[in-house]
Amino acid sequence: MKAVYSIVTVFGVLFVALNLSALLIWVERRLLALWQDRYGPNRVGPFGLLQVLADALKMFFKEDWVPPFADKAVFVLAPAVAMVTVLMSYSVLPIAPGISVANLNIGVLFFLGMSSLGVYSVVLAGWASDNKYSLLGGLRATAQMLSYEVFMGLSVMGVVLLAGSFNLQAIVEAQRKMWFVVPQFLGFVLFVIAGVAETRRTPFDLSEAESELIAGYHSEYSGMKFGMFFVGEYLGVTLISAMISVLFFGGWLGPVLPPVVWLVIKTFFFIGFFILLRASLPRPRFDQLMSWGWKLMLPLALANLLITGGLVVAFQ
Amino acid sequence: MLSVLRTIWNVFLHTFKGRVTVQYPEQKPYLPPRHRGRIILSRDPDGGERCVGCYLCAVACPVGCIALQATEDEHGRRYPEFFRINFSRCIFCGYCEEACPTYAIQLTPDFEMSEYKRPNLVYEKEDLLISGTGKYPNYSFWRISGVGIGGKGKGQSEREDPPTDLRQLLP
Repeated sequence: MKAVYSIVTVFGVLFVALNLSALLIWVERRLLALWQDRYGPNRVGPFGLLQVLADALKMFFKEDWVPPFADKAVFVLAPAVAMVTVLMSYSVLPIAPGISVANLNIGVLFFLGMSSLGVYSVVLAGWASDNKYSLLGGLRATAQMLSYEVFMGLSVMGVVLLAGSFNLQAIVEAQRKMWFVVPQFLGFVLFVIAGVAETRRTPFDLSEAESELIAGYHSEYSGMKFGMFFVGEYLGVTLISAMISVLFFGGWLGPVLPPVVWLVIKTFFFIGFFILLRASLPRPRFDQLMSWGWKLMLPLALANLLITGGLVVAFQ
Repeated sequence: MLSVLRTIWNVFLHTFKGRVTVQYPEQKPYLPPRHRGRIILSRDPDGGERCVGCYLCAVACPVGCIALQATEDEHGRRYPEFFRINFSRCIFCGYCEEACPTYAIQLTPDFEMSEYKRPNLVYEKEDLLISGTGKYPNYSFWRISGVGIGGKGKGQSEREDPPTDLRQLLP
């Protein structure tokens, strides 16, 4: 019975996560269009919803091309790493009271570790492509993700201190009285910024800056290999949005509606915010990005951790 | 930092701004009457062809997409034997309309003339000729000009005096 239950959970999470992120292609295009006073895809099916299907079909029928100069094994491996690392993080996501694929005691650390491993996908893709733009994109992505990873972890530590646990279920339970966004507002802002940088979304999409680097680390990819990077990015957006709502906005906590619905509502709110960021902000220069990360965000995260820690000790 | 937040807010406000896209095939855009679209040949109020085959449009055309051959009917009235516009070359500049002395050739607010085969873009006279007068409802070249044709001698046009007798000495 237990085995059946966990299999259902695993495939349920996989099904919802993959379909949701595929749907995000449509959501993003429609929302971007809305904010740019256009319509976006609205021809294929009702409201253009079948655009997702059309895009997927197109991607499946494209030639699956591996450049002759590429390092074949690594070239094929990189997009898989991108998908797997993100999908692994979904396993610790608390969906409802007591329901998650793996109720790990170190859930937060597992999530951070998996997003660190995600760096490998871009490094390997950039390196294996044997293309200067890909390599530059890979380098940028590595530097960016590594440096934003640091204060991403530190900004979450305030939440961990308040909840007294690394377990995401326990963190959600600890927010019954008050969402952590109130006492940890600075931590929340830092986590959102780091999350955008971590998923390599505009305005932090320097690793695939199409105006400078063609498409960065996935310039040489086509067909479903590119599709995996593409869906991996949307999976990342969904994951970070879900994490923001779990860590700072009480996850599945909420009145009347069932817990899952609350998590989905909160997640979609932050996905919308991510897309709004893309619609409104231009890309910073690479040295600006790095100096913000190390000289502004990291000290702020450290100060936040120090103050939170002091207050927690003082009031115990 | 504040400017970043203001940018985000201003972009968000566009949610309520409405859209500028015109959903074309369902929703036709408004085209002003002087829009330079598909070229037509108009008729005068009596129903006769306005074109007198003077070749001025063909000369004015910068891409040379107009071809015609003038001829005369039994009344001495000139008209084009054939009139051909190659719309795959036409740039819709409207110079032909400006050059036309009889308001025969006119550009209309219609642009939906796509074809699957290139030769179908060559319009012959029967494709170009319309039954109406176009933009100038009351104008008739033959009624105004001093040229004599069958059924109307010299000096019988509108607002025209009888021809001067050159051998008369009195003014």
